[in-house]
Amino acid sequence: MSWLENLVPKVDTQEKKTGVPEGVWTKCPKCETTLYQRELERQMNVCLKCNHHMRIAARKRLKLLFDPGSFSDLPPSIEPEDIIKFKDTKKYSERIAAAQKKTGETNALIAMRGTIHELDVVVAAFEFGFMGGSMGAAVGERFVQAVNCCLKNKIPLICFSASGGARMQEALISLMQMAKTSAALARLAGENLPYISVLTDPTTGGVAASLSMLGDIIIAEPGALIGFAGQRVIEQTVRQTLPEGFQSSEFLLEHGGIDMIVSRKDLRDTLGRLIAKLTHQAAITVAA
Amino acid sequence: MNLNFLDFEQPIAELDAQIKELQQVGLEEKRDLSKDIAKLDKKRQKLIQTIFADLTPWQVVRVARHPQRPHTVDYLSSLFTEFDELHGDRMFGDDGAIMGGLARFNGEPVMVIGQEKGRTTKEKVHHNFGLPRPEGYRKALRLMRLAEHFAIPIITFIDTQGAYPGIDAEERGQSEAIARNIFVMSTLKTPIICIVIGEGGSGGALALGVGDRVIMMQYTIYSVISPEGCATILWRSAERAPEAAENLKLTAQDAKRFKLIDEVLAEPAGGAHRDFAAASEGVREVIARNLAELQAEKIDILLKKRYERMMRFGLDSHANSQGK
Repeated sequence: MSWLENLVPKVDTQEKKTGVPEGVWTKCPKCETTLYQRELERQMNVCLKCNHHMRIAARKRLKLLFDPGSFSDLPPSIEPEDIIKFKDTKKYSERIAAAQKKTGETNALIAMRGTIHELDVVVAAFEFGFMGGSMGAAVGERFVQAVNCCLKNKIPLICFSASGGARMQEALISLMQMAKTSAALARLAGENLPYISVLTDPTTGGVAASLSMLGDIIIAEPGALIGFAGQRVIEQTVRQTLPEGFQSSEFLLEHGGIDMIVSRKDLRDTLGRLIAKLTHQAAITVAA
Repeated sequence: MNLNFLDFEQPIAELDAQIKELQQVGLEEKRDLSKDIAKLDKKRQKLIQTIFADLTPWQVVRVARHPQRPHTVDYLSSLFTEFDELHGDRMFGDDGAIMGGLARFNGEPVMVIGQEKGRTTKEKVHHNFGLPRPEGYRKALRLMRLAEHFAIPIITFIDTQGAYPGIDAEERGQSEAIARNIFVMSTLKTPIICIVIGEGGSGGALALGVGDRVIMMQYTIYSVISPEGCATILWRSAERAPEAAENLKLTAQDAKRFKLIDEVLAEPAGGAHRDFAAASEGVREVIARNLAELQAEKIDILLKKRYERMMRFGLDSHANSQGK
């Protein structure tokens, strides 16, 4: 391959020459435009060129959503644990430790209370970087804690999903978190407290088939993968090529599965407007 | 090799054949071979007990999927009278993978709903191999609300590999259909008894599986993912499903140990398919007993208990949640 190396300039040597440190540039996975990292962060991880909504850390997302200085985490809850002694290529306890180190979170779901346009809310968000945002006992418990905080304070709940589904390493315990979280949401509904579910890339499996699809209003970010079954499994079952854009936000909107698609930069205002109306509060003021 | 017997059941098949032969010979030659037959039968019983005493989780999976294993339709005809099947979700269609309707149990009205896999090829196609589409779950939901409206208890039979993974199912909102059932069942104001009679495959099973009593028959499974699917993810090979089955703690005993179900219902020696009459009687007893208990309870107490039970899922085994 030496002839190719001669033709293609080496990226790292160029970086050394110009003295630009690593991590300053990010390539959009969709349109492959090279983006200046700091500008990308200003755009909330949305490509300036093609509007592709890249994944964003849960904590960063919530920081951008709440009114500045208004929010804090709910009290600590249980952490994931290798209850069933799951045999894997790597120990589950090691996977947990690695995920905690990588994300700086104790769990794949974070939950905070704060205000959005001065409206008091609890917001939960899945951290996809934590074992694919998968739901085990600790995620279920954290979600119920968020619901309980809403019940106690009579305030709405918002949840950002980003999850591959139930966590295999906790087996049936994970599956039952679908029941646990859905039952808690039924209580919230029983008290007429709004629940807005925001689906982000990806929302699939057991999380899609429980708390994600139970929103009084369901919003999706553009271009997110949303569905129950995995695409490979579907392809193997039906033995035909999947249609273009299958299981995308746009596909769901077209089939009546969600209420709306909202760009990340507009989510804060949209959520504020919806919640103010659902809770009979005065219209929010949005800076022009 | 007898195809109605699993590989580890073959010794039973051989003895069965020998017994049948002896009976034939006795008949033809007018000889009394009852002593020999009784001896073989005793041997058979012992063999069944030995084989089934120590099944591996993978063997349990295979018994749960046994081609001869009793299905929802079998219990419908053995346990209930006056089954009036009700069809359709009133929105899109009627899904053969889930059957439901009004029936009588010990003379009292009940709503019975269950997944049905079908046995002949024609039936299997009609029932889509027991893989429900959203309209199936929505039909079930409609029937459950109907039951609630008229204060009729609900009995569900769970037997599915999972919800149907198809393009049309996704288009019509498979996730929402499953989620909605779980959500509504958690607060439905009528007693609900759920019985896993074969395979409890993931969310597709749970969508009929929220209730006041969740019971698993002895040789059934309940799992977050199929052993084949798990093996493919972990080792990129579905052939390692037996190992994955060990991993997934999917047997009735495991589910009971982790306090995710209420009761394990013992099956006749060799499994429900060896003696359907006895298996059916076991199911009858478990429904009768639990139904009596649930109907003696006030509905708000019942709902409170249903809720609290679900809130504890996964917590009891957690070291750092003791006393919570």
